[in-house]
Parts: sequence; structure tokens; C-alpha cells
Amino acid sequence: MILAKTGNEAMAYAMKQINPDVVAAYPITPSTEIVQIFSNYVHDGLVDTEFVAVESEHSAMAACIGSAASGCRTMTATASQGLALMHEMLFIAGGLRLPIVVPIASRSLSSPLNIHADHSDSLASRDSGWMQFFCETVEEGYDSLIMAVKMAEKCSLPAIVSIDGFILSHCMERIEALDEQKVRDWLGPYKPNWNLLDLDRPILVGPATLQDYYYEFKRSQIEGMRTALPKVQEVMADFEKTFGRGYGVLEEYRCEDAEAVALLMGSASGDMRQAVDRLREQGGKVGMVKLRVFRPLPHELLRKTLTRFKTVAVLDRADSVNSFVGPLYNEVAASLYGAENQPELLSYVFGLGGKEFSPDDAARILEGALAGRKDETVTYVGVR
Amino acid sequence: MADLKSWKELPCGAIIEDMKAVLDNKTGAWRSMRPVWSEEKCINCLVCWVYCPEASIKVEDGKMTGIDLDYCKGCGICAAVCPKKVHAIDMVKEEK
Ligand code: SF4
Ligand code: SF4
Repeated sequence: MILAKTGNEAMAYAMKQINPDVVAAYPITPSTEIVQIFSNYVHDGLVDTEFVAVESEHSAMAACIGSAASGCRTMTATASQGLALMHEMLFIAGGLRLPIVVPIASRSLSSPLNIHADHSDSLASRDSGWMQFFCETVEEGYDSLIMAVKMAEKCSLPAIVSIDGFILSHCMERIEALDEQKVRDWLGPYKPNWNLLDLDRPILVGPATLQDYYYEFKRSQIEGMRTALPKVQEVMADFEKTFGRGYGVLEEYRCEDAEAVALLMGSASGDMRQAVDRLREQGGKVGMVKLRVFRPLPHELLRKTLTRFKTVAVLDRADSVNSFVGPLYNEVAASLYGAENQPELLSYVFGLGGKEFSPDDAARILEGALAGRKDETVTYVGVR
Repeated sequence: MADLKSWKELPCGAIIEDMKAVLDNKTGAWRSMRPVWSEEKCINCLVCWVYCPEASIKVEDGKMTGIDLDYCKGCGICAAVCPKKVHAIDMVKEEK
């Protein structure tokens, strides 16, 4: 069925089709509508979900943890300060290996206050043990959210699915919605590894572990993320087989004989696509690598892919304020370290707080990369 | 230390299946306040049993029989949730 949906509407619609057992949420711009629309579905009896209206995002994630630990398929939605307020709880969900799935409408973090798109929120949650997926379009967000449920449960890892605030959350696009029954059948029932309420198998959840076991539990959690990538890829392949829409961990756009490529995540990939087309028309050997999966980081795939090019411009829609480069750049550089045929890496930060990023900006980056130009350690695109 | 498990042997997620480990850890040693229960006042609603985080409220045949001070960490939750009008638990300072 072809529908016109904003990103928020599409995420709420995906949640309706997923039909989670529990949603506990607190509203925040720009993801408010996801919860608002979903609560209408609850009211109208279109889902079987237990909806818990809580008093903050910290409570929302706490309730989600309790729900997931009781063996329920659990979701919430948030953004920005809301994700930041969940921060403590994110680590608990990660350590307990609870497959909670959260769409976020990515937005900057205060201060100064700004409600518009960048990736500061999700990237600041990088080390909390959550899978992270970034989307270019509304339909990709919708598909990714449905896939994330299966991935999370398969890997016993919680997952964030990011659509850029306002740019995707509030802009209407055409999506081809999937058949609801088919989505529910594809997901199947959730079979938890353990369940706090299982009286036949009493367990203690979230114990205190000191020098004796904390490190061992962490090591096993790290292994869970380390081995997640092939499972993520299996789910993508299975989704493609069932619904006919295929996604990779990363997408190469016109990269075949490219000398310089731009690597980035999120909605700005659309601008970069246009810029690549424009430069290709003029004979420029450029391409784009869109990274869809930030956690688990596909470091081997990044290494294999990026060593084919002479120059790679890495675009960060966030800055880790480390006096050096952006967070994505750091991870890409680490992935490439020691590789043969290392490309030259250029660091660009762009679009913080929703700052306009146009195909012209994207084209300038590609031109610079093609010329191998490196004016500064990091270039802050579009800042006055 | 020899019987400690390696990370590969641990269950997925920070859970403990071996309840013996829980029994070995006498959380009563943490206590600075001690709940004092009045059998006369208690109406056996068992709200404290539901809320006690250390399973220290002892119950037999649906009736509260006391508090297990080996594990009671003195958090005071039982006293706080005991119905106001009943007030069957008082927290008092632990003294030698
Ligand atoms: S003080 Fe806390 S630990 Fe002790 S019995 Fe009361 S609720 Fe349980
Ligand atoms: S809450 Fe108070 S009245 Fe109820 S069982 Fe416990 S001690 Fe007794």
C-alpha cells in the first residue's frame, strides 16, 4: 500500500504493525508524534500493547527494562535530551542484553537549546551497548525499525533506529507500507532467553558483581556486539527475501571506478547522492558510501571497501569536542589503521543543530576530496 | 577462586541462576537501621513482603512471622509501605 507519511508517522505505523507488548514513553520534540500517534492506535484497539505513560525518559527506559526483563517485546521513542536523560538506563538495558527497540528523531543536545537535526544524541550513547542504525529516507526508517526488532531479539541487544529530526521526522515522503499480517508473521512471537517472572527458573536480574564477575559479564556483552554483524546481515537478507526491499550494512553509490568518495550517515546522504550525480556528469570519479549500521561497527567491511579509493571524506553530523576530528572519522580511521592501500582521510563536520546542508555543500566536499585538498585537520562545513 | 566461571560460561545478560550465590552474600552486614516489627499491630497484608528487595520478610501460611536480619539491609522500604494506620514496622538505629 502506497502511503504519504512523515518520518514520525511512519515510525508510529511501523510500531503498530510490530504490535509490541509494552510501550513506555514520554514525549519530546521532534519525536513526540511517534508516541502520540501510537497512543491513538492503543486507544483505538488496533494494537494489543500495554501503554505506560511515565513522568520522564529515565522512567520510560526504566519501565522498558522492567518490561523486557519480564519477557515482553518492548519499545519506546525519544530524541536528544530525552535520550540523554535515559543515558544511565541505556547501559543497564545493554548489560542485561534486553532487545528493547527505540526509534529516535535525532536532534542536537543543549546548550544552547536547539531542536533540530544532528547526531549528537545517538553518538553520545555510543558506548552503551546498543545497536545503532541510521536512515536516509522515511521508508528506510520504517523498514529499519521493523528489521531492528528481529535483529535485537536475534542478537539479544537493544537497538536505536535514527531518523534525522525534522528533516525526516516532519517531512512527508512516499512509502510503500508492508502488509500488516505479513510483518507480524515475519517477526513471529518473541522468545526471551530468560524471564524474571518465570517461577520455574528463578533468576536474579542485575546483580551486584564486584571484582569477581563484572569484567566477565562485560566481556561477554562485548562478544555479543562483536558477533552481531552477521546476524544483522541475515535479518536484512531475510527481509529482502520476504518483502523485496534490500539493505546493506553500507551502501555504495556510484563507487565502481571512484577515486574519491564521501562517507556519511543519515538524511544528508540524499544531498550527497545528488552531488555525486552532478560531478559524475562532469566526469568526476566520485561516489558515496552510506553507512547504515554504526553499531555493531562493520570495521572489516569499512576497511575492505574504503581501501579501494584514493581519498575518503568522512562527514560527521556531530562533534565529540575532543579538539581533533568527528566521532565517525575516529572510528573509520581506527578501522583503516594498518591496512594496505590506506586512503587519505579528510574530516568534515557539518549540519550541527540542523544547519542547512545542500547538494552544493556536498559537491564542494567531493571536489575537495577529488583534488586531495586538506586545508585543516577538520573542516567545519557551513559555519560562519 | 578456582571455581569462578570464565566469561564464555556466563548466561546472556547480567543474570544469576545460581541462587546459592545470593544466599552467600549476607547483605545484613550493610545495615545501619534495623526494622522492628510488631506482631500485635501487623494485619498480615504482606505489602512489605511484596516490596522488600532482599526477600527478608518471613512468611508462613500467609502470615508474616518475622524479618530475616541476615539479609535485611535496612533500607526501610517495608516500614514505608506498611499501611500508615497500621504502622507495624519501625526503623531503629543499629547499635552495638
Ligand atoms: S528494611 Fe529493607 S531489606 Fe530490611 S526487611 Fe525492610 S524492606 Fe526488607
Ligand atoms: S506491611 Fe505492615 S501490616 Fe502488612 S504485613 Fe507488613 S508489617 Fe504487617
